[in-house]
Amino acid sequence: MAKSIDVSDLDIYYGDFKAVEGVSMTITARSVTALIGPSGCGKSTFLRSLNRMHEVIPGARVEGKIVMDGQNMYDPDVDPVQVRRSVGMVFQRPNPFPTMTIYDNVLAGNRLNAKRMSKSESDAIVERSLTGANLWGEVKDRLNKPGSSLSGGQQQRLCIARAIAVEPQVLLMDEPCSALDPISTSAIEDLIHDLKAEYTIVIVTHNMQQAARVSEDTGFFNLAGAGQPGRLVEMNQTKKIFSNPDEPATEAYISGRFG
Amino acid sequence: MSTDTPVRPETSRADQPMTHPVLPRWAPGLVAVVSLAASTLAGLTLGWGPFAIGLVAVILFAVAWPSWTRVVESGRAATDNLVTTLVWSAFGLAMIPLVTLAYAVISKGSGVISAQFFTYSMRNVIGEGGGIYHAIIGTLIITAWAAVISIPVGIMAAIYLVEYGENGRLARALTFLVDVMTGIPSIVAGLFAYSLFRLIFGPGVRMGIGGSIALSILMIPIVVRAAEEMLKLVPDELREAAYALGVPKWRTVTKVVLPTALAGIVTGVMLAIARVAGETAPLLIIAGDTDSVNFNAFSERMATLPVFIFYSYTQPGVPPQYGQDRAWGAALVLISIVMILNLVARWISTFFSPKSGR
Repeated sequence: MAKSIDVSDLDIYYGDFKAVEGVSMTITARSVTALIGPSGCGKSTFLRSLNRMHEVIPGARVEGKIVMDGQNMYDPDVDPVQVRRSVGMVFQRPNPFPTMTIYDNVLAGNRLNAKRMSKSESDAIVERSLTGANLWGEVKDRLNKPGSSLSGGQQQRLCIARAIAVEPQVLLMDEPCSALDPISTSAIEDLIHDLKAEYTIVIVTHNMQQAARVSEDTGFFNLAGAGQPGRLVEMNQTKKIFSNPDEPATEAYISGRFG
Repeated sequence: MSTDTPVRPETSRADQPMTHPVLPRWAPGLVAVVSLAASTLAGLTLGWGPFAIGLVAVILFAVAWPSWTRVVESGRAATDNLVTTLVWSAFGLAMIPLVTLAYAVISKGSGVISAQFFTYSMRNVIGEGGGIYHAIIGTLIITAWAAVISIPVGIMAAIYLVEYGENGRLARALTFLVDVMTGIPSIVAGLFAYSLFRLIFGPGVRMGIGGSIALSILMIPIVVRAAEEMLKLVPDELREAAYALGVPKWRTVTKVVLPTALAGIVTGVMLAIARVAGETAPLLIIAGDTDSVNFNAFSERMATLPVFIFYSYTQPGVPPQYGQDRAWGAALVLISIVMILNLVARWISTFFSPKSGR
């Protein structure tokens, strides 16, 4: 079910401000693509444009094409709600719904869309998603406790379970480990490794070791200066980016000599 | 060898002691007793009333205690004590009207409370006896209709302002109008309802529902404000989480945002109900008064507790004692109803709020 995404000449604006300029890349199906770069370079903005989440912010718009499965996501007749159903997202800070139990949180994508399901069907989805998110063993005896009763790392895995419960084609992760301790981070990284067999994953991270550990391809974003739009400097195989990048700017960033 | 560094005071940081003399725990009590004694003595000699004696005692205490602290402890501790005294005095001052009011209403109103008082109307009652059944029913029905009108309008307006308005021109105009509505005097709301019903039903119209409409004009802005603040408190992350699952906006609002804010909204609504339940002026104009029980808000006059209190006190009948007793009793019942509503609001807010227990 995983699909690849082709981005060509993408410009992203917030009102009159051009945040990201001229991005073209191909995101391979069933693999992990990492996006790295300094803060404010537009990698999160770019990630959010992949499922039209940036449109939630008033005044945000996009020029260019993002094609998935032969369909440009930004065609006027495309419903952003449908796009988000096939491109799921995990956020920087775990955000389970506080009014729902663990069980209901996993089913939120189905329940909130008023999908009718039998008890056995929903039980199966919950178990499959929580197992997929590596959380089943820890919570199977307290599915009726509120989602906010879990620890931060567990909450983040609950959010991943919630995202994969609706069986998206693509999973976007916006710094999913930045609020977590090393052990939870390692659990999430293992999970990403397992998930890429079935999903196309795009992950934004500030941790270059993490990018090197989990991803097949890496894109390096940078911006020329304050107030300038962010650009995709280099997109390459992760191995190449971290050993012998084409661009000197990439090498400078990765080796810590940022310039 | 001169440098530009400013001259430091003699005591450098290292020299500052970490200990200092402390007044004994009974010091404030002693000062209070002495201030009160001195004030009473002066008051009895000069013939002051009890209020003046209390005032002078507080002033003496507010001067003496900080001064003593300043001498023994430090200037900072003295300021602390002075402000503590001022804050407690302000609290005491604010409690005076509340306590005297509660005392007056309970002492004068509790005598008349009986089973008969709650179950009888004033129909054909002259002098002793009778009850406020008709007024309680009227207040409950009129307030309930006001709530039925205001809660949907208020909550939907708040949802528009927070979720859809995006601070556009319409949203700003709406906020401004809500602010204006907050300031409408209740008598004007009553006159509005009366003129509206007069246009439809002709002059001299009296109806319970008219009172509800007047009350809802006062209630809507309170509900909008309360609901708006609560909806704003819902983190954007939850909305984004729902959007990212492919949930349409209206479902996000009804299934995620509203349940999360429900506790606060319910509390705000209950407080708004408590606020309008005691309104008198608009009901005097449009709902009128009667001695009989009337369950139908859409025809004829309807008695309510505030209006009942007003008429029982201004026209108590002959002899006036029984009417005035009933007025105090009704006041006690009205205050109790409002207090019960507030308690219910608190209970609801703990019941509905998102559970975080492990």
